[in-house]
Amino acid sequence: MNPAFPHRQTAHCESGVIANLLTYHGLPLSEAMAFGIGGGLFFGYLPFIRINGLPLTTFRTTPGGIFNRVTKRLGIGVTSSTFKDQSRAMAELDLLLRMGIPVGMQTGVYWLPYFPPALRFHFNAHNLIAYGKEGDNYLISDPVIGEPVVCAAADLVRARFAQGALAPKGKMYCITAVPKNIDLAPAIREGIREVCRVMVSVPFPLIGTWGIRYLANQVERWPARLGEKRAILYLGNLIRMQEEIGTGGAGFRFIFAAFLQESAAVLGNSNFLEMSQRMTGIGDVWREFALAGARHCKGRAEQSGDFTDLARILRRCAELENGFFRELSSLVRKP
Amino acid sequence: MLKTEVPQDKELFGDQREVCYAVDENGRYVLAESSGWEPANVANSQAWDVIRSEVEAVLAKIRAGELSPLAYYMARNQMDAKLLAGYAGLFCWQVRRHLKPGPFRSLKPSQVARYATIFKTTPEEITRIPDVFEISDVQS
Repeated sequence: MNPAFPHRQTAHCESGVIANLLTYHGLPLSEAMAFGIGGGLFFGYLPFIRINGLPLTTFRTTPGGIFNRVTKRLGIGVTSSTFKDQSRAMAELDLLLRMGIPVGMQTGVYWLPYFPPALRFHFNAHNLIAYGKEGDNYLISDPVIGEPVVCAAADLVRARFAQGALAPKGKMYCITAVPKNIDLAPAIREGIREVCRVMVSVPFPLIGTWGIRYLANQVERWPARLGEKRAILYLGNLIRMQEEIGTGGAGFRFIFAAFLQESAAVLGNSNFLEMSQRMTGIGDVWREFALAGARHCKGRAEQSGDFTDLARILRRCAELENGFFRELSSLVRKP
Repeated sequence: MLKTEVPQDKELFGDQREVCYAVDENGRYVLAESSGWEPANVANSQAWDVIRSEVEAVLAKIRAGELSPLAYYMARNQMDAKLLAGYAGLFCWQVRRHLKPGPFRSLKPSQVARYATIFKTTPEEITRIPDVFEISDVQS
């Protein structure tokens, strides 16, 4: 009824949930490893998708993508279901918990009572694990929160049936089978290959390193096109996407570097160590962008040419990542 | 980012911390606790400023008799008519109608109660014009 669950706080919710679930089921996996195998790194600037009227910039793959790919690449059995009926969704959850199975869920963050108030926005692609129930309260392991928490049933229902974009519709999932003797190496290579592909080889101007360059051009034009006030809103939104909770710093670049470092040991190839260091350096440039951007948001920037400077930093990111992913893909090319 | 450089600019998380990835003195990646980072704090408080000014604009319109009190609860819960319609199980046009003072006054008590449940408040509260507003109300 109330099993001990190996809660670990992680930077990102989705990779954290899967790493913690797999660790519980006897396959110790780090968050960074889950993130990398799931091909979590991405860049996309999608101005036609608006969130609160601001263009969407994303540094990660689509929600659910990491989970699907990790389980597929490691041959792990999962079941997942969504619901129309709220009471049925809770009854099924209770059933699994009674059997002692921890359950992952997609939720919104707005209604979660334990979430830091300043971070409560209508964002619906959060992931957490329920591992037990006491009376009317659920025992929750939320990977971005330091300790396991307790959540009342009424609040959890709200979070599971949050409305709006990416509505979770009560989605829950659990692991049914973990094969013995898993070889991480092929899964790692596949994860890296995929990230390289989306970052440099997809001929679409809004994603990958092309997308970063496109964004740089847009940033440069924001003040003239939108006026200073709105340009600053756009910029602040961009920084939030890059740095606010769950990215591990620098829009997931540091998690990915940690993954490459771990992979070097698994694959026995020191080239990946060097690549990891380079990725860390690229992450530092992204942080530089956030720092300069935030200074501008606060109105500390003097000259009006500042958006050009910001664009210059972004172009440097694009250029560095372009070279980086081309080289990385040559390391994992199929023989 | 070096482990020694992990920022500790407390603001967003209260007493909670987030973890981020940083490099220790041996060049190995470790998980490091951070209480926040100034640029992220700046961007976040900017987002709240937008919400606050929206709520204030709505309040002024309610006092001028252009909007119903429902608009206040909608704004402070960061919703638009479409999102609220999703929660209420109504059509968007119905919610938009209820944002007008007249149609809102003639709502059935059961519908008012439904809105009150969504916003975790009481039917009495939701029909009253709120007099003061603090951003900390929204962030609680």
